[in-house]
Amino acid sequence: MKSYLPVDFIVERDESKCIRCKVCVNQCTYETHNYDAQDDVIRSKDENCVNCQRCVTMCPTHALSIKKNLGPFRDNANWSSEVIKDIKKQAETGGVLLTGMGADKPYLTYWERLLLNASQVTNPSIDPLREPMEIRTYLGAKPDALEIEFEDGDIDLKTKLAPQLILETPIMFSAMSYGAISLNVHESLARAAMRAGTYFNTGEGGLDSRLYKYGERAIVQVASGRFGVHSSYLNAGAAIEIKIGQGAKPGIGGHLPGEKVTEDIARTRMIPVGTDALSPAPQHDIYSIEDLRQLIYALKEATNYSKPVSVKIAAVHNVAAIASGIVRAGADIIALDGVRGSTGAAPKVIRDNVGIPIELAIASVDQRLRDEGIRNKASIVAAGGFRSSGDIVKAIALGADAVYVATAALIALGCTVCQKCYTGKCPWGIATSDPWISKRVNPEIGAERLVNLLRGWSMEIKEIMGGMGINAIESLRGNRLHLRGVNMTDTELKILGVKMAGE
Amino acid sequence: MIAKEIILAKLDSRFLPHVTFNDQICQVNAEGLHYRDLNSLLRTLDSHGVEKVELHSVCGQRYIGTDLKTGMAIEIYGTPGNDLAAFMNGPYITVYGNAQDCVANTMNEGKVVVHGRAGDITCYGMRGGKVFIRDDIGARAGIHMKEYMDKKPYLVVGGTAMDFLGEYMAGGVLLVLGLNLKGDEPHKARFVGTGMHAGVIYVRGNVAHMGKEVKMVDVEKSDMLTIEGLVREFCGYFKTDFEEILSKKFMKIVPYSHRPYGRIYAY
Ligand code: SF4
Ligand code: SF4
Repeated sequence: MKSYLPVDFIVERDESKCIRCKVCVNQCTYETHNYDAQDDVIRSKDENCVNCQRCVTMCPTHALSIKKNLGPFRDNANWSSEVIKDIKKQAETGGVLLTGMGADKPYLTYWERLLLNASQVTNPSIDPLREPMEIRTYLGAKPDALEIEFEDGDIDLKTKLAPQLILETPIMFSAMSYGAISLNVHESLARAAMRAGTYFNTGEGGLDSRLYKYGERAIVQVASGRFGVHSSYLNAGAAIEIKIGQGAKPGIGGHLPGEKVTEDIARTRMIPVGTDALSPAPQHDIYSIEDLRQLIYALKEATNYSKPVSVKIAAVHNVAAIASGIVRAGADIIALDGVRGSTGAAPKVIRDNVGIPIELAIASVDQRLRDEGIRNKASIVAAGGFRSSGDIVKAIALGADAVYVATAALIALGCTVCQKCYTGKCPWGIATSDPWISKRVNPEIGAERLVNLLRGWSMEIKEIMGGMGINAIESLRGNRLHLRGVNMTDTELKILGVKMAGE
Repeated sequence: MIAKEIILAKLDSRFLPHVTFNDQICQVNAEGLHYRDLNSLLRTLDSHGVEKVELHSVCGQRYIGTDLKTGMAIEIYGTPGNDLAAFMNGPYITVYGNAQDCVANTMNEGKVVVHGRAGDITCYGMRGGKVFIRDDIGARAGIHMKEYMDKKPYLVVGGTAMDFLGEYMAGGVLLVLGLNLKGDEPHKARFVGTGMHAGVIYVRGNVAHMGKEVKMVDVEKSDMLTIEGLVREFCGYFKTDFEEILSKKFMKIVPYSHRPYGRIYAY
């Protein structure tokens, strides 16, 4: 039987502009364009196009545009073209639908309904251009109390401080594994983290030996597959993160198909070339908080207590209670990844339905840890779809110490959020392990663009803080008085711990 | 030659009552030492070139063997705690007693010989080195063991194993001898090799219940060479009769496919 599966996008080529240079033919990794030498024309297979805009960008005469195929089905709010096509695809194959990046539906986002404060008359705002603004952030366990000794005018700190990560801006790069993204992207992130004084996260695929030199700015991840995890890897990073879950796919494992396991990736993951890299859903040595504690301390032992250990979980229904357990298990940092978090590949149904918004998770975890008097024992890092410095400031005001960004970083490197990362053919050279396509990202230029983004966002954060009359990010953290809500129910306001605008 | 005076001078004074030297062997009385202290002591000894350490009165201290840089030999008398040899990279540990959970967790190199039994999750994510357990092991052993280039992990068990043996196994060799099984009694483990996609499980005797991703086949000549080598080593440690072990039939459990989940996605 033949399914009616209309194309998603239509390639339009202005023949009067096309000079047959074949750039589009070479640039499209989905083989959409091909040159017909006999007729001297370039033809396009619309069905291959994923609307990544690579060819449009690279075409020297601007001859190309990609149009959405509007109206292949009759308009129907419930039975949208996407829904109908998905069902047909599954009827044909009997398989699970895969997708990439974060949820694309108009999901419940609270950032738009949270508004920031500014000083007027009764307290002065601060001009960040003329006055110092402190956004440096320390991540790690803080002591319950400081014991200080004064000796001949000298101040001596008696308390032994736990190891800390020092961030010059409260923004880090989230876990993206080598294999899901290319080496050049890993290197761009690493160099940018070095220069901007922040950290990148290796993801669960290990750290290529060529990038060990950036180890002091790396958070090395340990996940259920334990890929590339050995003592020098653990000791190479500035911190270790145990990955329990990911916002885009809470509760399920990962799967890097064998085709993507090239020689370099195999070496880094320490598995044979071409084998599937399967990460089981749970870590089979962690079935309880006590087990988690055992692994946290195993990692601390393996690095002689020299590095903070982070535990990353997806934000799910009982997140506050789980977070409390994680902190009690000895984590120095807890990373929360919300429902809008991104991925290189996840079943669409999981990405779009499982988990809770990060805003609610930050607020409820921060509150719970405060109520229990253990908020100082761990820092909170929030992740899952931060799009601007505004989102970040709101997250910090809700109680986060810092945030992780991934999609925004990839967009800075060229990504157009086409959501096809799982194919491994990213035409922008990002979500691929193909050495030829990967060359499209230059680590030096990439690093520069990432540093620019962080610089821009950091300046904006300072501007916003200055407007509030705050000159240190410490005073913003968990300071929900600087937030007001609009369009929210009493329960939403209560969980977020903010007042209604106008109150 | 190690200069024991230098080492003793370097040690934290609270460790001194616990440490004595007998020729080139360092003897540690672990009684009352927290694992953090015990392991810190081992690190110091390791960094000063001590090649052999005997740990006496060990009672539940975790993570022994983790974060040591050399191939130090450690003899443990008593019961080491969970995560023995976790992330280990070289040492040779002998346990005169039972081991607990998570022996050789993500171990990279070295050897563990246990004159007793081991708990659950033995050799999780192990990538290299060898582990010999004289008696039984618990559930979830050998999960996601994997091999890489010249690295190949081996787990040899004298007794039997519990459920989920070799789940998600991605490389390496598991050999379960079942020396304590009566007659034709099958191994205790069920769901053997669920999700397994590489490596091999050898069993002496029968397995009653396996995951759907694996099949049981006859051993070949090359398999017997591996098995004989491992059994010989086993007999050396535990003084068991090689011929008698070899007298019973061995079977091999291997995955149907190296890509068990290749066909679960639509597009
Ligand atoms: S997939 Fe990208 S490069 Fe290929 S035709 Fe479509 S927009 Fe152009
Ligand atoms: S990383 Fe590449 S494949 Fe993924 S959404 Fe961005 S452009 Fe598309």
